[in-house]
Amino acid sequence: MNSRKRTRLKLKKSLPLLLMALPGLAYLVINNYIPMAGIVIAFKKMDYAKGVFGSDWVGFDNFKFLFSTPDAWIMTRNTLLYNLAFIVIGTICALVVALCMNEIKERFFAKYFQGAFLLPNLISMVVVSYIVFAFLNTDTGLLNRTVLPALGVSEINFYSQPQAWPLILLIVYLWKNTGYASVIYLAGIASIDPTLYEAARIDGAGKWDQIRFITLPQLKSIIIILTLLSVGRIMFSDFGLFYQVPMNSGPLYSTTQTIDTYVYRGLMQLGNIGMSSAAGLYQSIVGFVLVLTANYLVKKISPENAMF
Amino acid sequence: MKNLYSKGEKAFATGSGILLAVLAVASLLPFLLIFMASITSEESLIFNGYSFTPKAFSLDAYHYMLAQSQVVLRAYGVSIFVSVVGTGASLILVSTLAYPLSRPDFPFRRVLTFVVVFTLLFNGGVVPSYIMWTRVFRLKNTIWALIVPNYLMSGFSVLLVKNYFEKAIPRDLIEAAQIDGASEFAIFFKIMLPLSVPVLATVGMLTALVYWNDWINGLYYINDPSLYGIQQLLIRILDNIQFLKSGAAGMALGNVVVDLPSAAVRMALAVIGILPILLIFPLLQRYFIKGMVIGAVKG
Repeated sequence: MNSRKRTRLKLKKSLPLLLMALPGLAYLVINNYIPMAGIVIAFKKMDYAKGVFGSDWVGFDNFKFLFSTPDAWIMTRNTLLYNLAFIVIGTICALVVALCMNEIKERFFAKYFQGAFLLPNLISMVVVSYIVFAFLNTDTGLLNRTVLPALGVSEINFYSQPQAWPLILLIVYLWKNTGYASVIYLAGIASIDPTLYEAARIDGAGKWDQIRFITLPQLKSIIIILTLLSVGRIMFSDFGLFYQVPMNSGPLYSTTQTIDTYVYRGLMQLGNIGMSSAAGLYQSIVGFVLVLTANYLVKKISPENAMF
Repeated sequence: MKNLYSKGEKAFATGSGILLAVLAVASLLPFLLIFMASITSEESLIFNGYSFTPKAFSLDAYHYMLAQSQVVLRAYGVSIFVSVVGTGASLILVSTLAYPLSRPDFPFRRVLTFVVVFTLLFNGGVVPSYIMWTRVFRLKNTIWALIVPNYLMSGFSVLLVKNYFEKAIPRDLIEAAQIDGASEFAIFFKIMLPLSVPVLATVGMLTALVYWNDWINGLYYINDPSLYGIQQLLIRILDNIQFLKSGAAGMALGNVVVDLPSAAVRMALAVIGILPILLIFPLLQRYFIKGMVIGAVKG
């Protein structure tokens, strides 16, 4: 059998599999790959009459405009600083919760605690924004009507106080995500060889020594991997957290604007397609480089956890 | 055995239990606040604000919503339709793509797997995809805008199911079926799918949750109120009551504001929005946790 014939036979045999893959691939092409070609919009002056590919090229003008505004700096700073705080403080909180969860041997309590910590993760940011509103609004909010008066502090209009939001958003983030992150660390702790602890006990190691010298070192690779994966996504933010939770309040933009909210506002509220697409492409490219770097590092540390 | 657990260890275990109990209560208090707020009388809300310990209870908010039930029920219907159809279609697309990619003898396996992985690494951003869905596919203000963009298939789900096909289902089974002359479609439907119920259930549940909680597709593509899902209805009402209270419209429509127990209704709606999750989650907690662990560590 010559090689061409063999190739044909192989193709014919794999035709049903190819057909099966087709609908899914078609969706990926439409939903993911065609918009990738659409990044040319960032280098054009978008004119709907001429279409995406017929509009005039303007080179890097959109980027020049974008980076000459203070917005570019503010949204980059906010995105990076929030993510940094989320990664560091979020990891520490999740580790503490996981370490404590590991001590709970009663199944009823373990299940109840875990359920309580996971529930906030399952509700939408819209409902979260209602809850935050119930705490913070000036007319009926719990803080303004009950807590602050009890402390003798006068009313605070949180929705026009930008300096309050880094803390508010951090608390909301931790409330919503710590349970989820701790589940993963708990699974990591559960897979540590118990004989390590027995040996340590015989040597007289107390609980803190066991955590310091066994648990944390054993979790090191999973901590590093999850951290690197988050670093790879450091240019991206949870749109709902930064748009819906502050209720899209204009006075708060200096501390709530991230790249994702800027892209949305540019496109849907200001109709500034050039700036919006330039910001989107800036985010995608830097994000892409960071993901590749993170994956490269993960591969060095633990190849089986690398994405590719 | 007596000395196996030292005093320090016991103290640590007790301390952990106390800390977690406090945190668990703190984690649930916000839910309690909106629930209590929804059953507080409007006068009490106006005088004392939202509180864990209302002075006067009232079910007015729920009565009001019962009177307005067609709006809420319609939004519920939209959300259920979107979640069911979206999840079903997603499972079909994900599993039919994952199966060929899981077969070592499939010649395009490597390149097509890369096609899937690359979507996780790079995206064209919101602007081109918004223009495509609205200008080319004309999805704006159709129910499909809530289902098709973004969520119908995620590369993560494909890789998850592909991994399961590879690791949990013995190769011999497929080879035996091939020797018996079974077609690829028969192998897929009669062997692969029935044996992958656990992973499909996990992926399906997480997808359904994404659809139920989504409001971003609605934000971009829907401004026709008859197509609002429950999340969009919530957004609209949060904005709308504010509008009535702050703007000029508030003065013109002053009476309406008084008639509508707005502060309580708002929270009652939030309660209704999370009710399905509160009811279903305890039953499925185990599967959620399983899905989270696999999803996070191995994409």
